Amino acid sequence: MLEIKNLHATAGDKPVLKGLTLTVKAGEVSAIMGPNGSGKSTLAHVLSGRDGFKVTQGSVHYKGKDLLAMSPEERAREGVFLAFQYPVEIPGVGNTYFLKNALNAVRKHRGQPELDAHEFLKLIKEKAKLVQIAETLLNRPVNEGFSGGEKKRNEILQMAVLEPTLAILDETDSGLDIDALRTVSEGVNSLRSKDRAMLVITHYQRLLNYIVPDRVHVLKEGVIERSGGKELALELEKTGYSR
Amino acid sequence: MDTTETDARDLYVADFERTAKSLPGFPELRKRAIERFASLGFPTGREEAWRFTDTTPLAEIAFKPAAGTANPNQFAGLANGALKALQITFVDGRFAPAFSSLELPKGVSVGSLGEDLKTAPKGEIPDNPFAALNLAFHRDGAAIRLADGVQLDRPIHVLYLSSLHGDPYVMHPRTTISLGEGARATVVKSFLGPSGGTYFMNTVTRVDLASGASLDLTKVQRESPQAFHIESLDVSTAGNAAFTHHSISLGARLARNDLNVRLEGEGAECSLFGLYEVAGQQHVDHHTSIDHVKPHGTSRELYKGVLDGRARAVFDGRIVVRPDAQKTNAVQTNKNLLLSKEALVHTKPQLEIFANDVKCKHGATIGQLDADVLFYLRSRGIGLVEARRLLIHAFASEIIDTVKADAVRSQIGGCMALFAGGA
Repeated sequence: MLEIKNLHATAGDKPVLKGLTLTVKAGEVSAIMGPNGSGKSTLAHVLSGRDGFKVTQGSVHYKGKDLLAMSPEERAREGVFLAFQYPVEIPGVGNTYFLKNALNAVRKHRGQPELDAHEFLKLIKEKAKLVQIAETLLNRPVNEGFSGGEKKRNEILQMAVLEPTLAILDETDSGLDIDALRTVSEGVNSLRSKDRAMLVITHYQRLLNYIVPDRVHVLKEGVIERSGGKELALELEKTGYSR
Repeated sequence: MDTTETDARDLYVADFERTAKSLPGFPELRKRAIERFASLGFPTGREEAWRFTDTTPLAEIAFKPAAGTANPNQFAGLANGALKALQITFVDGRFAPAFSSLELPKGVSVGSLGEDLKTAPKGEIPDNPFAALNLAFHRDGAAIRLADGVQLDRPIHVLYLSSLHGDPYVMHPRTTISLGEGARATVVKSFLGPSGGTYFMNTVTRVDLASGASLDLTKVQRESPQAFHIESLDVSTAGNAAFTHHSISLGARLARNDLNVRLEGEGAECSLFGLYEVAGQQHVDHHTSIDHVKPHGTSRELYKGVLDGRARAVFDGRIVVRPDAQKTNAVQTNKNLLLSKEALVHTKPQLEIFANDVKCKHGATIGQLDADVLFYLRSRGIGLVEARRLLIHAFASEIIDTVKADAVRSQIGGCMALFAGGA
C-alpha cells in the first residue's frame, strides 16, 4: 500500500526527516510514535503534499504510484486522507456543501456517478450517526465555532464519507477529553477494514488503548528507530522515548 | 488645463447645442446644467474625490448621443426568458415597451420618465460634473411612485440594456423612486451590456422616502467590459424611513458610483451593502456618504471586494454625524480580497462626528485567500480552481445572502461562478 524509502525532507530550511524507511500494508493499523520534534507531523505533511515541506532525497510509493509527484487533490482522489491535528475553520462554506463537493470530486476521479443533494444528504446523515456528530453541525460552516472534540469528530466524519484507502491521523488525540477520545476512536475503529491502511501518529500511548495498532514504529531524529507489535507502545509508556 | 479636457468638454457642449431643441421640458434648467458642466469639466486627479480614478480614457473617446434606433431583437432572449410581472426596460436609454410588463396594483405607478418631463426636477444644479451632464441631457428612465400606505411585496425590475453597435455612444437615463408615507417597495435596477460594446452609461437615481417608508433597492451592474458606467444616487429619507441598498458591481472598464444618503428625519435607517468583483484592467470606485442629520438614526455599511489581474478598486466611505444627530448608531466596514499581486485597492473609511452621544465604528481589511484553508480543501480532493471558487463565494456570500429578491440572488451567484474560473 505505502512504501517509504530513505525519505529526507526539510520543513522550511530545516532538515527533519533523515532517511526514513517504512512499509505499510493494506488492512494494517500502524502507529508512529515519537518525542516532540522527531518528525511525526512533517511525515504527515509530506505525505499529504503540503507547501513548505521539501523532499530532498528518497521516494514514496502509494499503490505502486509515485505519491510525491501528485498534487494534494490528486492524492486525496487516489484515496489518501489526512485527519488534521488542527482542522481549519472555513467561514461561509457549509459543512455539508463542502463535503458533497469533496466526495463528488473523488467519485468523479474513480469513474463513479456524482451524488445529488438528496442522495448525499442520506449518506451524510448515516455517517454522522456512525461518528456520533450532531446533525446541527452539518449545516454550520466548516468547523466554525466547533469545540476541539467536534472538530476532530468532523475529521472522522469526512474520513467516513470519503472512504480513503490510506488514512493518516495526525495527533488526533490532542486536545480531547476522555469521552471525546472514546467517541473518536470508536469512529476510527468502525472504519478499519482489510482494504484500508491507517497511519496513527501520536505522542502518547493513551490513544492506542482505544485504537489498537498492528504495528508500532518509533520515530526519533528523523528515522524509524524501532519497530514492533502493540506491546512496544506499552513498553514506551513505562520507559519513555529516551533509553 | 490640458487640451484633452477642453476638447472632451466641447464635444458635450456642442452636442447639447445641436440637440437642445429636441430635449423635452425645462430648457432653462438644462442650459444651466450644461453651463455648470462646462465650467467644471471632467474631474482630474487633483480633486480629492477623484484622486484614484482617472477619467482620461473616458474623456478621450468621442461618445455620440445614443440614436435610439437600436434593434431590440438582440435582447429578445434575455428579456423574454426573464420577463417579470413588474418590469420596465430601456434599450440604449430609451423606453422599450416590448420588454416591459406592467401589471400594476392600485397606488403603484411605474412608467417612462420620458412621458412625464414637463416639470423640472427639484433641487440644485449638481456640483458633480457627470450629474450635471445627466441633468442637461436626460430624456428617459424609470419613474416609480407608490402612494401613501401602499406595500408592494413583489420586486419591480428596472432594466437598462445597452446594445452592441458601431460608434461609441452615451446615454443619460434617470431613475426616480418616490415612496409615500408608510409605503414599502423592492426595486432591482440592472445595467447590462454585451461584451464588445463601447458606451458610456451616465445615469442618475433620485430616491425620496416619506416618513415610515421603506425601500429595498438593488443595483446589479454588469456592463460590457469596454463600457464606462457612472452613477450618482441621491437619497433623502424622512423620519423612521428605511433605505437598504445593494451595489453589485461586476462589469465595465470603469465604474464610478457616488451614493449620497441623507437621513433627514428622526429615527431613519439605512443599510448600504456592496460587492465588487473586478479583474483584468477593470476599475471600480464607490464613494458613499451617509449624512446623519437628526437623532436616533441608524446606518450600517458593508462593502466587500474581490480583485484579480491588474484590477483597481476604490472605496471611500464617509459618515457624517451632525450636532443634532444624538443617539446615532453607525457601523462601516470595507473588506477586500486580492487574488493577484498586481491588483490594488484604495480604501478610505471616514467618520466625521459632531455629536457627543453616538456609537460609531469603522474599519477596513485587505487580504488574500488563506493558504491553510486552500490546502485543507485540496486535501479533501477539491481541485485548486474549485477550492478558490468556494472561498471567493464564501467571502461574497455575506453580501449576497442579504439580497432579498431570490431571482437576483441566484443571478449574482451565477455571474460570480464565471468570475472565479479565470483565477
